[in-house]
Amino acid sequence: MTIPELKINDLHVSVEGKSIVKGFDLDMKGGEIHALMGPNGTGKSTVASALMGHPKYEVTSGEALLDGENLLDMAVDERARAGMFLAMQYPSEVSGVTNADFLRTAINGRRGEGNEIPLMKFIKTLDKKMQMLDMDQSFAERYVNEGFSGGEKKRNEILQLMMLEPKFAILDEIDSGLDIDALKWVAKGVNAMRSETFGCLIITHYQRLLNYIRPDKVHIMMNGRIVKTGGPELALQLEKEGYDGMKAELGIKDDETVEA
Amino acid sequence: MSIQVKDLPFDAEEISKFAEKRNEPKWFSDIRLKGLAHAEELPLPAPEKTRIADWNFTHFNYQIRSSAGSQLSELPQPVQKVMPRDAGNVLIHVNGVPVYSHVAEHLKEQGVIYTDLATAIREYGELVANYYFKTTPIDRHRLTALNAAVVNGGTFLYVPKNVTISEPFQTVYYQDAPSSGLVAHTLVVAEENSSVTFVESYLSDQAVGEGAANIVDEVVAKANAQVRFGAVDEFTEQMVTYVSRQAEIARDGRIQWALGQMNDGNTLSENATNLEGDGAAADIKAVSVGSGSQKQNFDNYVRHVGKATQSQLLVRAAQMDASNSIFNARTKIERGASGADGEQTQRVLMLSDQARGDANPILLIDEYDVIAGHAASVGRVDPDQLYYLMSRGIKQAVAEKLIVEGFLAPIVDLLPIDTVRDQLTTLIERKVG
Ligand SMILES: Nc1ncnc2c1ncn2[C@@H]1O[C@H](COP(=O)(O)OP(=O)(O)OP(=O)(O)O)[C@@H](O)[C@H]1O
Ligand SMILES: [Mg+2]
Repeated sequence: MTIPELKINDLHVSVEGKSIVKGFDLDMKGGEIHALMGPNGTGKSTVASALMGHPKYEVTSGEALLDGENLLDMAVDERARAGMFLAMQYPSEVSGVTNADFLRTAINGRRGEGNEIPLMKFIKTLDKKMQMLDMDQSFAERYVNEGFSGGEKKRNEILQLMMLEPKFAILDEIDSGLDIDALKWVAKGVNAMRSETFGCLIITHYQRLLNYIRPDKVHIMMNGRIVKTGGPELALQLEKEGYDGMKAELGIKDDETVEA
Repeated sequence: MSIQVKDLPFDAEEISKFAEKRNEPKWFSDIRLKGLAHAEELPLPAPEKTRIADWNFTHFNYQIRSSAGSQLSELPQPVQKVMPRDAGNVLIHVNGVPVYSHVAEHLKEQGVIYTDLATAIREYGELVANYYFKTTPIDRHRLTALNAAVVNGGTFLYVPKNVTISEPFQTVYYQDAPSSGLVAHTLVVAEENSSVTFVESYLSDQAVGEGAANIVDEVVAKANAQVRFGAVDEFTEQMVTYVSRQAEIARDGRIQWALGQMNDGNTLSENATNLEGDGAAADIKAVSVGSGSQKQNFDNYVRHVGKATQSQLLVRAAQMDASNSIFNARTKIERGASGADGEQTQRVLMLSDQARGDANPILLIDEYDVIAGHAASVGRVDPDQLYYLMSRGIKQAVAEKLIVEGFLAPIVDLLPIDTVRDQLTTLIERKVG
């Protein structure tokens, strides 16, 4: 099997006419886990949404290639079927649609007509993955995210990740709102996905998650672009010094001053 | 501008003969003639914002014979589909004619009556006469009068005092005679302290072509009685439907309506619940999907008369293609109905630029000490939900379908017979797909 590759070059993204992401670069291959950290409002979720194709986020320039194919030309569902996955910071609730139906529809959407997953196989796989995440079986028949607690929603995102087996996943603050046990279960799920054919970008504010999912690279994002890349030790340094320390080291001023 | 009403295609002589042929008692044929007289004079109803003057409510063939055999295996395929998987209490009408029925012995022994209207007026005439056209006046308008005049089908369900039944009673009407009209009248009577579940399905085949349905359902729940009433309407697109479902609820009585209003043709629907007794309660849930170029008008009405009466009304609808539907929800709290609590919610999802949907919440309150609330919205599919589903690889059309089906699910889930629930689910899938 070939190793998948995601290349993002000089990405610029605007939201409602306001420029947020300003020259974001990232190269990622299957088998790699990257962490993306940065202060609030710096554009991390905006990068994720733009890559997934949220209609509100307008890519004004730059490119994003998945195995050489232009992601930005594709509709949201096509990007997903091409192998992209985004665990959202705020997952939507869909009333009246059970988790199981949702997942089966999504899986069959990828497999295509005539190649649907046999029901028994689906149920077995779902059972197994839910067990791995310590999710109660009842979540299969509950409506998508409706009435789920914050932590349950996050776990449900990872369940979808495990069921859909994408080439690349972006996990946007998957650790926020998780208690320490839930964090371990989620990490276990992600670690189980580790393979040559899967790459993962973890957006987080806390180094703690990275103790459980060890990243190959850590990127620091400020003012709409990556300003520093390093190994796991970078997250530790950040934890100690905070963003102000990092800014001083890099000679970065606040957004307004840069723009002015 | 005066509304031009087409003349009626039948007269008193013809109707008397029809009644005679059916061996009907005099009191019943008298009601027919009275209905005819009213139908000749009264205007059509005037539903708000829906023009029905040119809908064909009156020209159809009401003297039809059933084409179906009376063996279960001979029943039309669509009927067999909605039959219970195990032997239940069922009554099947084809072109208005009862062709099959089954009622559990132990229920008959308890005095439960479940039969077609024609049989009921012959065998339980007095009982039927007590309830026939009592919640709904014959002379409300031309269409109720027409129902009285040419009724050619219907069901009678009677549950004696203190009898509580968990198994549902099911009625299926199937039309396939060309240009036919189904004029059905159903009575559900639950005596004091009784409890019953009734579900009706209306189906037609394309063979009917231009036909009509005129349905009047009357429900009476006596003190402390409980009625669960489910319905799925599935008439083909060239059939014009008038359907009235009305209930009268006595002290501490309760009704739950679960209505799947899925006709493909023009439809005028009146649903009304009269909470007459203190502590009476109503739970009304209705779903519809407008498709093609059909026009529909749904009026859901609850009247609070007794003290501490409660009502909850939930209407959910999806409008596809170039369909046009008006949804009126009316909650009326009469003076003296202190402690009443009436809530209504109507939500309409628009799935096409050519579709039209209008939700009108109406509260009429003549008493101080009450709680009443309404919510009405007409909107589009939530773009964030759509994005979420699509981000998992689901195509837009499929994602929209999932969202709409999910939106309508709370009512589907309420239908007490699984085959009827399946009927409604399949129907929604077809109409939304
Ligand atoms: N849909 C939107 N409408 C308006 N403004 C938006 C929208 N999405 C993002 N923004 C703005 O873009 C900027 C970057 O937001 P983004 O969510 O990408 O930040 P983030 O780095 O993910 O922050 P956090 O760490 O708080 O999640 C913020 O100023 C935010 O207000
Ligand atoms: Mg964010």
